[in-house]
Amino acid sequence: MKSERSILFHKVKSSRAAAKCKGQAHAIAFLLILVTDLGVGPADAHAPLNYLTGAGPRNVSTLTWGVLIISIIVVLATTSLLLIAIFRNSRSRSSEIGERRELIDRLGNAIPAIYAGLIASALVLFGVTIWTMVTLAEVASPPSKPKIAIEITGHKWWWEARYLSNEPEQIFTTANEIHIPVGEPVAIKLRSTDVIHSFWVPALSGKTDLIPGQINTTWILADRPGTFRGQCTEYCGLQHAHMGFEVVASSNADFEKWRQNQLKGASDEALGNEAGQRAFQQKCGVCHTVRGTTAGGRVGPDLTHLMSRTTIVAATLPNKPGFLSGWIADPQHVKPGSKMPKLQISGNELAAIRDYLQKLN
Amino acid sequence: MREIEYDRVPRIADSRHEPDTALRLKRYWEGSSGIYGWFATVDHKRLGIRYIVTAFIFLGLGGIEALIMRVQLAQPNEHVLTPEQYNQLFTMHGVTMILWYALPILTGFSVYLQPLLLGCRDMALPRLNAFTYWVFLFSGIFLYAGFFAGVGPDAGWFNYVPLASIEQNPGPNIDFYALANIFLGISTTLGGINFIVTILRFRAPGMSINRLPIMSWGTLTISVGSVLSVPAVSLAFFLLWMDRHFATHFFDPATGGQPLLWQHLFWLWGHPWVYIIVLPALSMVSQALPVCCRRPLVGYSMVALATILTMVLGFGVWLHHMFATGLPNMALAFFSAVSILIAIPSAVSLFAWLATIWTGEPDFSTAFYFFAGFIVVFVIGGVSGFMTGSVPVDWQLTDTYFVVAHIHYVLIGWNLFAVLGALYHWFPKMSGRMLDEKLGKISFWLIFIGFNVAFFPMHITGLLGMPRRVYTYSADMGWSTLNLITSIGAFVLAFGLLLTLINVIRSRSAGKVAGANPWDADTLEWTTSSPPPPYNFVVIPTVSSRSPLWEDRLGVEEEKRSTPNRGLVLDHGKETLGTTMLDAVPDVIVKMPEDSLAPILLSLALAALFSTMMLEAWWWLAASALAILIITVFWLWPQRALGETEGVAP
Amino acid sequence: MRSSADISVERLPVGSIGHHATGWWAMLGVIATESALFGYLLFSYFYIAAQPHTGVFPPELPRLTLALPNTIILLLSSVTVWLCERAAREGRENSELLGISATLALGIIFVIVQMFEWKNKMSSLHSSVYGSLYFTTTGFHMAHVAIGLLMLVAVLVWRLRGYFGPHRHAYVSIAAIYWHFIDAVWLCVFFTYYLVPYLSGQS
Repeated sequence: MKSERSILFHKVKSSRAAAKCKGQAHAIAFLLILVTDLGVGPADAHAPLNYLTGAGPRNVSTLTWGVLIISIIVVLATTSLLLIAIFRNSRSRSSEIGERRELIDRLGNAIPAIYAGLIASALVLFGVTIWTMVTLAEVASPPSKPKIAIEITGHKWWWEARYLSNEPEQIFTTANEIHIPVGEPVAIKLRSTDVIHSFWVPALSGKTDLIPGQINTTWILADRPGTFRGQCTEYCGLQHAHMGFEVVASSNADFEKWRQNQLKGASDEALGNEAGQRAFQQKCGVCHTVRGTTAGGRVGPDLTHLMSRTTIVAATLPNKPGFLSGWIADPQHVKPGSKMPKLQISGNELAAIRDYLQKLN
Repeated sequence: MREIEYDRVPRIADSRHEPDTALRLKRYWEGSSGIYGWFATVDHKRLGIRYIVTAFIFLGLGGIEALIMRVQLAQPNEHVLTPEQYNQLFTMHGVTMILWYALPILTGFSVYLQPLLLGCRDMALPRLNAFTYWVFLFSGIFLYAGFFAGVGPDAGWFNYVPLASIEQNPGPNIDFYALANIFLGISTTLGGINFIVTILRFRAPGMSINRLPIMSWGTLTISVGSVLSVPAVSLAFFLLWMDRHFATHFFDPATGGQPLLWQHLFWLWGHPWVYIIVLPALSMVSQALPVCCRRPLVGYSMVALATILTMVLGFGVWLHHMFATGLPNMALAFFSAVSILIAIPSAVSLFAWLATIWTGEPDFSTAFYFFAGFIVVFVIGGVSGFMTGSVPVDWQLTDTYFVVAHIHYVLIGWNLFAVLGALYHWFPKMSGRMLDEKLGKISFWLIFIGFNVAFFPMHITGLLGMPRRVYTYSADMGWSTLNLITSIGAFVLAFGLLLTLINVIRSRSAGKVAGANPWDADTLEWTTSSPPPPYNFVVIPTVSSRSPLWEDRLGVEEEKRSTPNRGLVLDHGKETLGTTMLDAVPDVIVKMPEDSLAPILLSLALAALFSTMMLEAWWWLAASALAILIITVFWLWPQRALGETEGVAP
Repeated sequence: MRSSADISVERLPVGSIGHHATGWWAMLGVIATESALFGYLLFSYFYIAAQPHTGVFPPELPRLTLALPNTIILLLSSVTVWLCERAAREGRENSELLGISATLALGIIFVIVQMFEWKNKMSSLHSSVYGSLYFTTTGFHMAHVAIGLLMLVAVLVWRLRGYFGPHRHAYVSIAAIYWHFIDAVWLCVFFTYYLVPYLSGQS
């Protein structure tokens, strides 16, 4: 056993340079790809769902980096071992068909090498198991009792958000964009009325499923202001791809200002636009609610404060007049299969509805 | 009428002195010719090749589906496919690869090789062997009938309810998947039973359980796994079908049912299944790699134990597919720990292979290239699995492209690389011809590079948050370049596979003649000619070590060596030897059945049964059931030739 | 003459004989997979039962009036089939025929009584998840009883045609072990659906 080991190390040192170089080149290539694409570099800005540079609990991303680095080391180590193993004894040519050759048995049995590998991997794996348990315990509950609770309902294919409160007049509903104050843990209750969805804001927390017939809970906490993208991650049918949302974390004061605004009904300006309101009521009111008007449909998102959101169509398009018109004119083109039908709308009606919507701030 | 023979003292002879016996055996074993013979054959070698060819056709179909998807995903906001087309494609791709390719290809190699490795003349239940093949084929056709009619399954291969419920998915799409899956399950479980009986009861004398070829350990282990796990998924799909057509409430939360019951039943099968479709591939590597390295496998017992242990633990980790479903923390912690620690037995195999290469003298054959490439992707697939085993990490990684990368490293990496290595290794045995080594190596490099270019970037796409199962993505998510690279890699991979296909077609007739033992390998299948005669062995070989053909070079004393050419002559008809379970002591002379149309007829009747379920044609269903009954009775009718009757029986 | 010490040159049985028969081993495999199937069915029951429900679960307390005697009938049939197999092994033809006929009769009685049990049930396949589970599980079991009965009929017919005797009776053993399995599974189903609700005190 001892002699075999020493041979092993001796061979490592004197092993053909080529094999070594190849191994290293491999290693460097792997690292380069990882660093350039994952790191805190410019890629970050362009990948809103990248979670390794998030604003949530640090311990989870530390654990991820930990297991990632262990994994890379394991891959590099075993690949190097493999390459050395291959080149240390290999013959320069392949055998002829049916050629009878001596067997290589001079090194005896290498079972101790398996034991060594076994012990090394077991130690690492046990270590990671314990690390996992510790992290799991840490993220099981928020650092302090959440003062804000939001009930999220998954729909095909958008998100309804209801801010809960003990006082009924403090409850309000919005969609596809939730606001939270920085530094405050927020409790999230998750439910679904149709199929299973999954709630995921990579920068703030991992996934939790929304399952019909049960209510799951999770919590999020943003440690810095910003807009964080969320996405449904349980396949939920035709438009699973276009079921995004945004989480806006802002200072306590800004959050409170936003909340007070959401609690109100439609703006006076909107209520003043009678033509637009009539057209909206006629064409859209069966499915959409605008509080303070007779439009009270519950099929689609609540639009009372549509203009306070930065995106439309479940975070698929920017909330700009052009996109808004395009969406209303032909939803099935933008999001085929969506419940929002293509209506017979004249140009004038479309303009009226759009003007009306643009006053819902 | 010859007198019925109840027992006999078999003759012992040396096959080299028995030319007449060989001729006699050929007459008994060669089977019928022509079209009848093609449909009625029960020869494990013909069936094994059929399994392999059919499974590769399914690989081709699944591969084409993948390539179409990669065109759609090559750039953001593509419109090559509609969302519905994309959803059917990714579902069919997953279903085809996981169910109709991954296990059947391994079954094909096992059906061909196990009797040869064990030193017997056919599978324990030859007609059942034919039956499981036909059921596999017909169930696949059944599945694709829906897809080609434009109503293929579209709820993903794990088909979660309520998305797959009748309310959310009223078309026939899901029914095609449900019924095809139950149909295929019949083949899988019965095939498993056939392997278990063959490996436990049909080994050459002296091949005690500790001398079992390592590849047989893999097949035996996963056969037990299939027998115990497949009923879970068959049941799940049956309950779903009931929910969809008989207004039952298993998965309906409104009436006390549970959507999560589906997930439990599905993953109770699904996770063991992952091991079922890789362990035999791993064990083929353990079988063939040492031959390439000119030494016996290092750590045979540990590898065999690791195989079993992996399967056992595989039954205890199903919840790790459900970490995000709101489970109690206690369950999360437990299943997370098991999911991480299940890597330990895999590490044993890994170090056994490394040690085998390290202490061996590798021969640079194409098979070895594939095995070496296999080890690299084995490790990458392994560590990404270990990452997802850690719950808090998994909450981020699950359902992103990171998991897509992981499953492809496992399913292509662990399965396909091993299978291709095995193909280059055993093709000479099956065809009598060598595959072209030069073309093989070009093919290997294209596959290896294409595979890593396609799937390695997916890890990063996943870490950058791309969810799986999206039919498109927008340009501002930062995934565009990576997706383009993946798509290019996928085509390189496909081209590499095409070269191996060309190699197989060309070498079948133009390859170099292989001879009985082209690799100078150590196990029984290499003692007989290439391709083997219909009866495999003139005499049943006798075995006294794990490497019967290397004993002289391993320094085994002459009187203790195996005698591959000397043993029991069983020539009173179609016969082989049954031995005891652990020690492989001769126990019974087994009469083997002739060619029969019963297997294909019964499979057709079953296909009719499932079609009538699909069409809800209940009277026709009753008729099919009656047909099944009649054919079964006909099949099982006791036969004098099989030693099943005494007295006046036919 | 090289040593073939390992090879037994003793007299070996030829063909399908008792527990040497390949079919016997295959049947053990079938029983393993079917047991797993029932295991998953019962798992489904316990899983559903453990979830919070609106109202009590199960919605009706199962009555033992028919089920308990019927269970005893099925247990008796296991005894008769065992006697039948022993008689076959020992070549006692009349006992064998008597045993198989008695088993068939008891099996048919079990089926008829079970039909009444189904008829008296308040739940139906569609009424609730409990009904769905109950009727599916007992329905699966009933299907297995039917297959078992068909096997016994086939064996009886073949026996009457003189196919089997003291040397060749593997078919009898195979049908018998399957029948024992059906019996054992019923005990698990009976325990789960009829006794557990009493044991968990939901009366």
